[in-house]
Amino acid sequence: MDAIDKAIVNRLQQGFPICASPYQRVAEELSLPEAELLSRLQAMLADGVLSRFGPMYHAEQMGGALTLAALKVPDERFDEVTEIVNAFPEVAHNYARNHLLNMWFVLATEKPEQVQSVIAEIERQTGLPVYNMPKISEYFVGLQLEA
Amino acid sequence: MSIDETDRQIIQATQAGLPLVSEPYQAVAEQLGLSAQAVMLHIAEMQQTGVIRRIAAVPNHYKLGYRYNGMTVWDVDDSYVDELGQKVAKLPFVSHCYQRPRHWPDWPYNLFAMVHGKVEADAEQQIAIIAELLGEQAHRHEVLYSTKILKKTGLRIGG
Repeated sequence: MDAIDKAIVNRLQQGFPICASPYQRVAEELSLPEAELLSRLQAMLADGVLSRFGPMYHAEQMGGALTLAALKVPDERFDEVTEIVNAFPEVAHNYARNHLLNMWFVLATEKPEQVQSVIAEIERQTGLPVYNMPKISEYFVGLQLEA
Repeated sequence: MSIDETDRQIIQATQAGLPLVSEPYQAVAEQLGLSAQAVMLHIAEMQQTGVIRRIAAVPNHYKLGYRYNGMTVWDVDDSYVDELGQKVAKLPFVSHCYQRPRHWPDWPYNLFAMVHGKVEADAEQQIAIIAELLGEQAHRHEVLYSTKILKKTGLRIGG
């Protein structure tokens, strides 16, 4: 990543205009040709510097539900269980962590009742109990990571 | 909050990402047989109501050099958790902060705060600041560093 990539990542974490030619508008802000902004974005998505670029949808605000859940996966089954869990489209994120509870995933569902059914199905397919930790309160933060 | 059928179609067309073309809303509109104006209006409304948090780039922490991504978890009295959670969330380096249910006996923690460091010392220093802020109100804590991103796609709704 060079300085231009960093400027793009920092700028595009803050939001994106809704207008006919939004890339052109951001490119002007960054003093770049639009084509360069688009090609750099493409490259950063291909390299995995960016996981995605676009609207960030909020499951709860659309009438669905969100939860954080964890599993204690025996080391020898870690890859197999990862495959099972990741195959669910409702699993939005999944991280390995250094703990006895070593797999932590976020479920985002379109309907609230799907959280319980997906958890039950993950328990059935893995044979492991799911620790469901839906938020009770969310405390406001606004941090963006500087590139 | 609820979404209508057009919102739903727009979500499905953009949940993997916004098209990387000069007129991305026009591209989505063509795909769905709508006008660009209608797509922009629905997206703006969804942003207004919070269905869309924002339209933005989601970076991979590791690729930006943040190798120490710690989920810090704290056991604090339930009667103080809101007050403490609000204080922790205001720290400039905390990216998420939630109260979540305990799972006795193996999970006594009810306050979660995410920290991110490029080197271990940065993360450790952030954790020390949270520990100091919570003081004796925190009975115990742990830090769970992520060791691998197994999946990071964001929300996907079905067809």
